Amino acid sequence: MRLQKNTLLALYSVLEFAAQPARQLSVAGIAESLRVSPHHLAKVLRSLGRAGLVDSVRGARGGYRFAGNARRVTLMDVIGLFEDIGAPRPRTRRGRRPAERALEQVLREIDDTARATFGSVTLDTMLKLIGRSDGRG
Amino acid sequence: MSSVKRRRSAAGERPGLRVRSALPADLAQVIAIDERATGLAKPEYWAGILRRYGRRGARRRFLVAEAGARIAGFIVGEVRDWEFGSPPCGWVFGIGVRPDAREAGIGAALLEAITADFRRLGVATVRTLIARDNQLVLSFFRSQGMMAAPVIPLEKDIG
Repeated sequence: MRLQKNTLLALYSVLEFAAQPARQLSVAGIAESLRVSPHHLAKVLRSLGRAGLVDSVRGARGGYRFAGNARRVTLMDVIGLFEDIGAPRPRTRRGRRPAERALEQVLREIDDTARATFGSVTLDTMLKLIGRSDGRG
Repeated sequence: MSSVKRRRSAAGERPGLRVRSALPADLAQVIAIDERATGLAKPEYWAGILRRYGRRGARRRFLVAEAGARIAGFIVGEVRDWEFGSPPCGWVFGIGVRPDAREAGIGAALLEAITADFRRLGVATVRTLIARDNQLVLSFFRSQGMMAAPVIPLEKDIG
């Protein structure tokens, strides 16, 4: 399973914000840690802002701050802002080849599993997982 | 095993919460909690579960979390050997928490208690099976550190 670059940037960023909910982080600071241009990251953060996951703080020392509930927001909530991964596939149309219909059925099964997995992992759970991977949890 | 008394008031825990084996007097509240979650009252099913799991048989557990004079949640499970080719492991096949008692660490306390029992029974893995669309329960088990098991449940319509 591969996620698009902007989706990954959004996930890494939102996890960074959720890990320090009281802190205001600058676009430049996060961009540097993710090794992307601030311009590119700013577009991603604007999408997160429109979804209510982060709040922008204006001014010279401006930046973004986490605005969601880490125990409620799931990976699917973030991924769904950027791509249609696991989106329900259209029902099989009549007249399609049997092999197409059969393959469609298997792909639907994979999509359903992906959607359930991403939809069940909250940011809070991800932060615990990161802690464990890092030997801290 | 034991009842687990929760004394600390750290995050996710709750003073006065006691996890113990289910008793006949608890059944009506357990049935009500399950009915709220599933939309279906199953008194006969739960009476059977109490008969088979309530006595804390060698490897079966039916535990409830008691807060004050009320039952706040329940959990049911057992250790099964070589099921689906898997070495002995603990299975949780029922859990429920009263809606007004959620987000207070009750599900975590129940899972912790049954997991401690499973560990004492010599198993190192705990498993469960959740409907894909049951995001609430799926998220709960994920938050407790559970990951996808190396098995794929399959089914076939034979009606």
